[in-house]
Amino acid sequence: MSRGAGMAAPPGAGWTLGLLLVAAAASILGSVMLGSVALPAREVLAVFLGEGSDLARLLVLELRLPRSLAAFATGGLLAVAGALMQVLLRNPLADPYVLGISGGAAVGALLAMISGLGVAWVSGSAFAGALLSTLIVFGLAHGTGSWTPTRLLLTGVVVAAGWGAVITFLLAVRPSPELPGMLYWLMGDLAHARGNALPWLTLVVIVGLALPLGRSLNVLARGPLQAAVLGVSVRRLEWMVYLLAALVTAVAVTTAGTIGFVGLIVPHMLRLVIGNDQRLLLPASALAGGILLTLADTLARTVIAPEQLPVGVITAMLGVPVFLYLLYRSRT
Amino acid sequence: MSSALLSLEHLVIDIPGRADGMALDFALLPGQCWGLLGPNGAGKTTLLHTLAGLRRARAGQVLLDGVGLHSLPRRRIAQRLGLVFQDHYDGFPSTVLETALIGRHPFLHAWNMETAEDHDLAWRALAQMDLEDLARRQVQTLSGGERQRLALATLLTQDPPLWLLDEPTNHLDLHHQVAVLDLVRSEVASERRGAVLALHDLNLAVTYCTHLVLMYPDGGMCWGRTEEIFHLQALERLFQQKLELLDTREGPWVRPVPGSRGGLDAG
Repeated sequence: MSRGAGMAAPPGAGWTLGLLLVAAAASILGSVMLGSVALPAREVLAVFLGEGSDLARLLVLELRLPRSLAAFATGGLLAVAGALMQVLLRNPLADPYVLGISGGAAVGALLAMISGLGVAWVSGSAFAGALLSTLIVFGLAHGTGSWTPTRLLLTGVVVAAGWGAVITFLLAVRPSPELPGMLYWLMGDLAHARGNALPWLTLVVIVGLALPLGRSLNVLARGPLQAAVLGVSVRRLEWMVYLLAALVTAVAVTTAGTIGFVGLIVPHMLRLVIGNDQRLLLPASALAGGILLTLADTLARTVIAPEQLPVGVITAMLGVPVFLYLLYRSRT
Repeated sequence: MSSALLSLEHLVIDIPGRADGMALDFALLPGQCWGLLGPNGAGKTTLLHTLAGLRRARAGQVLLDGVGLHSLPRRRIAQRLGLVFQDHYDGFPSTVLETALIGRHPFLHAWNMETAEDHDLAWRALAQMDLEDLARRQVQTLSGGERQRLALATLLTQDPPLWLLDEPTNHLDLHHQVAVLDLVRSEVASERRGAVLALHDLNLAVTYCTHLVLMYPDGGMCWGRTEEIFHLQALERLFQQKLELLDTREGPWVRPVPGSRGGLDAG
């Protein structure tokens, strides 16, 4: 019998991450090739090597690659945020959107848009909205001491519904020319997300934290009492995870609006294949989330070209059947 | 006299809606196994959780190696004592081996991965609990008894000097009940460890525990060496149940008298 002695990393970690890295590169390459003008792979590679025609250089370096990279980072962030919330709530179906964090971000951004403030203000305002929403949910659910995942989840759902009403109100009192833009942003839109290093920076930092935090999160996933008995400072870790997840969500929402299902589907799907060791699950979620959103955005750009779909529609259409299938399969 | 692993100083456990009751005052020395006996709701689990620092006491304090529990970081506590819960939460997929391995958590730094030595400890613990063949199985597929043995294997992997066990024989078949308690007794007898067990079975308690704490529902407490505490009237009053004491060659044996709560209703 194989005893696995001396094994330092979770089994199959190298293979899993290696495969996902290859798939990530392929998804970005594919998204750069496809569009109104299809570019063959060798032309894209030529551009990467500093050659290629002016048109190809414009398409790849100015238009498609920045958008693909933004999509990848956003998808990665959403998946990691989902994975973190799921451990925090000990509920595999939890996700930052369910907790109303994206709703808070959306209200913040909408307020800035309506006030006619600049792009920087919209981002900052979305960020503030996400953090405010986090504090409201966490404060309410934590207030009287006993804090069950059910209670937190319910608080989140109610707060999300409240934000939804505020959004509808804001849209109703301001039937203006910018309404379609706002609606697109609300449904998730990568058209304006490019040339921003913040999502990538955040993604690298959060994946870097997966190793030192991972084992504590593994223990926390088995319940707060068990974690405390095994030496975890539960309250401190939970606050840290919550703030990290909120931060990551805020950056994702600021970059690309509210895109659902990535944070729900990706960690859940991965968990069925590679288990729940956070030291592997968090980096794998970052990669798989990035792949999913890169592909989804490519579809959103091309499927009814020259018109574009909000990418949130695609993630929902991809995500729901996959999720239902996995749920069905896991029962047999 | 060797120094106490755990000292209870005027300790009153906090059970909501109950008067303070009697304060507990005793020291647990290496080589001792304390059994907690009492009816449902008497506070056995609450006492164990208080001893592990998971709940605050209403009054008094718990000293771990002479230091107040609440001034110690969780990690330090986890290196000295382990607690096996009555219920086990498995919301996420995890293998049997991974579940045993989390016992090493208090001894690893944030950047460390589990070493070959940690894996050896986990495998040895699984073997002691007859779980070696299930090592790659998913926790959610285990039976109640297998899951309970796995919780004990996690404790063995953690390997603390003080064991707190909340009904460790729950869900176990007869063979494994005896195997688990034999293990506790031999580990305690090696003088390295102390143990506190919440038990329901009086006969297992008298067989395996060096000391007993009788916990009455009204907050009354009674503790001491097993032979001083294990008396028919005290036990009858504790469980509000008529009992019969049989003397066997191996010691006293208690059985409930069927169909009767006779003579006790007045008490």
